[in-house]
Amino acid sequence: FYLTPSQVNSILKANEYSFKVPEFDGKNVSSVLGFDSNQLPANAPIEDRRSAATCLQTRGMLLGVFDGHAGCACAQAVSERLFYYIAVSLLPHETLLEIENAVENGRALLPILQWHKHPNDYFSKEASKLYFNSLRTYWQELIDLNTGETTDVREALINAFKRLDNDISLEAQVGDPNSFLNYLVLRVAFSGSTACVAHVDGVDLHIANTGDSRAMLGVQEEDGSWSAVNLSYDHNAQNENEVERVKMEHPKSEEKSLVKQDRLLGLLMPFRAFGDVKFKWSIELQKRVVESGPDQLNDNEYTKFIPPNYHTPPYLTAEPEVIHHRLRPQDKFLVLATDGLWETMHRQDVARIVGEYLTGVHHQQPIAVGGYKVTLGQMHGLLTERRARISSVFEDQNAATHLIRHAVGNNEFGTVDHERLSKMLSLPEELARMYRDDITIIVVQFNSHVIGSYQNEE
Amino acid sequence: AAGMFLRLLSDIQWRAAHPRWRRMTRSQRSTSTTAEPHPVSLPAQAQVVICGGGIMGTSVAYHLSKMGFKDIVLLEQGRLAAGTTRFCAGIVSTARPMSIELKMAHYSNQLYQQLEQETGVQTGYMKTGSISLAQTQDRLISLKRIASSLNVMGIPCEIISPKKVLQLHPLINIHDLVGAMYVPEDALVSSANVSLALATAASRNGVQIHERTSVSHVTIQKGRVTGVETDRGRIQCEYFVNCAGQWAYELGHSGEEPVHIPVHACEHFYLLTHPLQEPLSSSLPTIVDPDGRIYIRNWQGGILSGGFEKNPKPLFTEGRNQLEIQNLQEDWDHFGPLLSALLRRMPGLEALQIMQLVNCPESFTPDMRCIMGESPTARGYFVLTGMNSAGISYGGGAGKYLAEWIVNGYPSENVWPLDLKRFGTLQSSRTFLRHRVMEVMPLMCDLKVPRWDFQTGRQLRTSPLYDRLDAQGARWMEKHGFERVKYFVPPGSDLLDLDHSKTFYKPDWFDIVGSEVKCCKEAVCVIDMSSFTKFEISSTGDQALESLQYLFSNDLDVPVGHVVHTGMLNEKGGYENDCSIARLSKRSFFMISPTDQQVHCWAWLKNHLPDDSNLVLEDVTWKYTALNLIGPRAVDVLSELSYAPMTAEHFPSLFCKEMSVGYANGIRVMSITHTGEPGFVLYIPIEYALHVYNEVMNMGQKYGIRNAGYYALRSLRIEKFFAFWGQDLDAFTTPMECGREFQVKLDKGMDFLGQEVLLEQKQNGVYKRFTMFILEDHDTDMDLWPWWGEPIFRNGRYVGKTTSSAYSYTLERHVCLGFVHHFDEKTGEELVVTTDFINQGEYEIDIAGQRFQAKAKLYPFSSLFAQRRRKDEVELSGYQRE
Repeated sequence: FYLTPSQVNSILKANEYSFKVPEFDGKNVSSVLGFDSNQLPANAPIEDRRSAATCLQTRGMLLGVFDGHAGCACAQAVSERLFYYIAVSLLPHETLLEIENAVENGRALLPILQWHKHPNDYFSKEASKLYFNSLRTYWQELIDLNTGETTDVREALINAFKRLDNDISLEAQVGDPNSFLNYLVLRVAFSGSTACVAHVDGVDLHIANTGDSRAMLGVQEEDGSWSAVNLSYDHNAQNENEVERVKMEHPKSEEKSLVKQDRLLGLLMPFRAFGDVKFKWSIELQKRVVESGPDQLNDNEYTKFIPPNYHTPPYLTAEPEVIHHRLRPQDKFLVLATDGLWETMHRQDVARIVGEYLTGVHHQQPIAVGGYKVTLGQMHGLLTERRARISSVFEDQNAATHLIRHAVGNNEFGTVDHERLSKMLSLPEELARMYRDDITIIVVQFNSHVIGSYQNEE
Repeated sequence: AAGMFLRLLSDIQWRAAHPRWRRMTRSQRSTSTTAEPHPVSLPAQAQVVICGGGIMGTSVAYHLSKMGFKDIVLLEQGRLAAGTTRFCAGIVSTARPMSIELKMAHYSNQLYQQLEQETGVQTGYMKTGSISLAQTQDRLISLKRIASSLNVMGIPCEIISPKKVLQLHPLINIHDLVGAMYVPEDALVSSANVSLALATAASRNGVQIHERTSVSHVTIQKGRVTGVETDRGRIQCEYFVNCAGQWAYELGHSGEEPVHIPVHACEHFYLLTHPLQEPLSSSLPTIVDPDGRIYIRNWQGGILSGGFEKNPKPLFTEGRNQLEIQNLQEDWDHFGPLLSALLRRMPGLEALQIMQLVNCPESFTPDMRCIMGESPTARGYFVLTGMNSAGISYGGGAGKYLAEWIVNGYPSENVWPLDLKRFGTLQSSRTFLRHRVMEVMPLMCDLKVPRWDFQTGRQLRTSPLYDRLDAQGARWMEKHGFERVKYFVPPGSDLLDLDHSKTFYKPDWFDIVGSEVKCCKEAVCVIDMSSFTKFEISSTGDQALESLQYLFSNDLDVPVGHVVHTGMLNEKGGYENDCSIARLSKRSFFMISPTDQQVHCWAWLKNHLPDDSNLVLEDVTWKYTALNLIGPRAVDVLSELSYAPMTAEHFPSLFCKEMSVGYANGIRVMSITHTGEPGFVLYIPIEYALHVYNEVMNMGQKYGIRNAGYYALRSLRIEKFFAFWGQDLDAFTTPMECGREFQVKLDKGMDFLGQEVLLEQKQNGVYKRFTMFILEDHDTDMDLWPWWGEPIFRNGRYVGKTTSSAYSYTLERHVCLGFVHHFDEKTGEELVVTTDFINQGEYEIDIAGQRFQAKAKLYPFSSLFAQRRRKDEVELSGYQRE
């Protein structure tokens, strides 16, 4: 039993989404041409989330991937809320005042974000009021704190991450009279999520990363070849600095129990995350919240379970590491992806596959015979080779889909093997997670012309 | 690149050019650098102005000047023969499926052969022959059909084995071939030089040629061409000829009153190579490999090979904004599949060195046939363009026919299939053209089986019942943009896939149409015939009647409520149109003609009706939905729905009455069915269409009503020997020649168009006779089906061709209709065809080279007519329109 190529395609393409930055007067003045994104579930339901939005009150575009664990509640909440926190953190004082006044007087609110969502990406309507109130409290504090300084993107990102995680924690502690909401905020807090977020404004690219998703820049060298530049550090046991950091934050007595089997406290793979209050709250707080919480929470062994060697919480933070990069004309694209991709593919291969895909689609160099001596046979061979390359590319209209096809279907020779692809995609739900993880990818394509002109202006 | 190619492909030899013109072109070469004014100023007036100095323009100029026209000016925006003509591959091929195209190509070949001798200009004419290859049996059948029609025209042609192909062309890989067609007299030319030779001869005959002169627009007053505005001033003229090739569309739209010329350009690629190590002989035949989509000719010791890819690249959709044609890019990736086909066909060429990939735009038309003739809206505005990449093959013949058209009022052959008036404004949308030519270009090579349809540019004109019919399994074809039902696939039978119906043999719809025919014979069927062209002609006084009496051969001075079948004849008695006319009142008439007559008939009437504001002609095609109720129970359905007696005593045949059907009033009911079966056509104002259709279907249920399509209609009309305009009848066929004398009233008391010729034919006899053939030894299941255009043999000698055919479910035989001529056995001279001549012959029909015995009949089987027919009311004309 094999899936037909069209069945394979319909599975791979079910969640694909593309956005092109609109042009004005036939010109795209943004440094971003657009992005392609896609997800392939292994968990049922998928625990990964993705978000993309354009900031409307400041310049720039936000893109992020979120890898949830212990359920998808936290990843869902972060995917809905984080960009609002970032956008608000970036807003100048006057705009914050304007927004607060509008809310105060029941006037229409300035739109803050324009979302670019796949139809399957949803927002939870029930929690929107709760989320809004938390956000409002945040900007009210920002108004009160008015420093008069211009907002630094790095700081804004860090503040937004920390604030949202704090709000998630608080909401769970306070609870909600509505039992559905009450259960929801608890699920959000007790599950966890990583976040890897890019903010692009002109040539300034900021990556804020919490956890083990990854951002990678695709660079085209002068000879046309592709190389990869990491724009984030994984927060996991493979990262020595990260292990060092965790050890620094806790007494020497815990050194041995902090990281076991490459996991935090022997349990958690990512060393930083949203939610996961089991690694943040004191034991007393955890017990109190669980006991006063709804029955579902009490019946859940996982929530009641206290990690071993739990002495000096918090063990976990949502604070991101932020990397700033000034885009150059040779920086052609950015890949944000959850660890499902990076487990199966080396970043160098990712850079090459996406690079060839994007140039194959948009700038396949035409062949000209010119004055060269070319025989019909040579030309035929050349064209056949080009066709073979293009045909694998042309199956996909989306760079993220193309990458997933390779990630899942690549054989030992680095080419897509339909048989393998078909097998991997037809695994039963309960087996799928054993062979692969959820994969979520966003490929952002940069506008080299615009980036080049920024450079020339300086 | 273009410059290099120009030198290579066409070494321009100006040895014997006309002195005046030669001087002019020379000095113009210098003006391009020094910007001097043009040395020869334009004349203020001329009889004919031709726009376009390619093969078409020069051919028209050549033939016009030969036919005695003196005052001719040819304008070319750049240099002569510098557009598509310059780049074209120069293959003169007579293997054309349509008879008129075949005749044009044959004439071109003969013309080019003697052109060098006539003009002294080297044309590079070389009789190499051509070989069309078949990789499949179906392809071989289509080649055999062409071979049959070439042979009866006296053009040498044979079907040969793959082995013979190898003898004729040593480089060919024959392993995948099943056969081929060899046309030994096909030729190669340098197309630019042919064009220059024609220009030289024309110039000697007095044609003034001005290069670097652009026509900005054509002025038209009161529906006539009055002059041409150019960038160098105005020329007054009587006739304008638009030979602007791919720019013809824009030129047509440049004036205040647009002339719609539906052409659209596509990029066309071919490859040039350096010579082989042992250079190819210049006499090596040209190879056409339609299954591989390529052609290959010898060229300067190497080869020239191009083709018609599946995914053409249309261009200039928005007009000539972007780039000049000389600057078009080579696109090797696009050419890849054709290169593969070439190397598969000639594997030995692998080591051959590439010289260039030429990108040469060609103009294509919506139906793959070229466009010629006079504009329906502007008299004196002629067009010749849209050659679908066969410009060199057609150039000579097309130019000749157009010149005849201008000089004599009509060409010497029936060119209706190429007539500009087969199109209207509805084919003029750029989006439509872009989509359609993307289908047309690959079709150049695709196998065309009987009754194939275009797939693009569909669902433009539809009946209000379209969705209803579609939901009931309708399968559609298109005519003049209108969707019409072929047949209805019964629910549950989804076995019919498109590929299976692509056959030269018995098609998959055979039983479906059979059951529709049966229902027409035994119960009642309804066919949506809304596509027919419908005009109303009315006047305040007797002008309408008087004008129509002059334009139509039958007597229209009948009582109100009568329907008359009549031809609309030209001066030579030939059918310009074939219609049914109902007299609605003393002073108004309702005229129904075939679908594709909408533009032609309108133009003909406009040109022939007196200029009288009290005489009104209106196109009401869009106002009525037509439902044809065919069958013995139609009368029951209709009388139940209208509470009116519909039997023959109350509603005789060929009668028309406005009545109510269901709740809807004002339905024009006519007792005709266009099939010879009993029944009625309902002309329903469109807002009532759905209501009436629903009522008819509900009421009809108990009488066994069902939907039917045009295939059933065609079978019914052909078995009853009804001719159909555009298929059987044309401007060269008179009523006398097709057994319709009874529709001609020579003694109706006033003169009418064509009368003299008909009178003469009545006295002296006719030179061809429309005849029905029943195939005798033809096995419907196993043998190839006839289509149309099959040669007819009488006592072993060719006497004519079929014009249409269908399987008769009643006779259980194939019926072919066609014309029989009588050629003198020694001289070939055409003799009078008598009834005895028809009746005393043994006949055979040639289907793709296989001959089947046929019985000839001059009258239909009376047993097929359910009704007793009264002599004068015979609906024999039926004139069915498909």
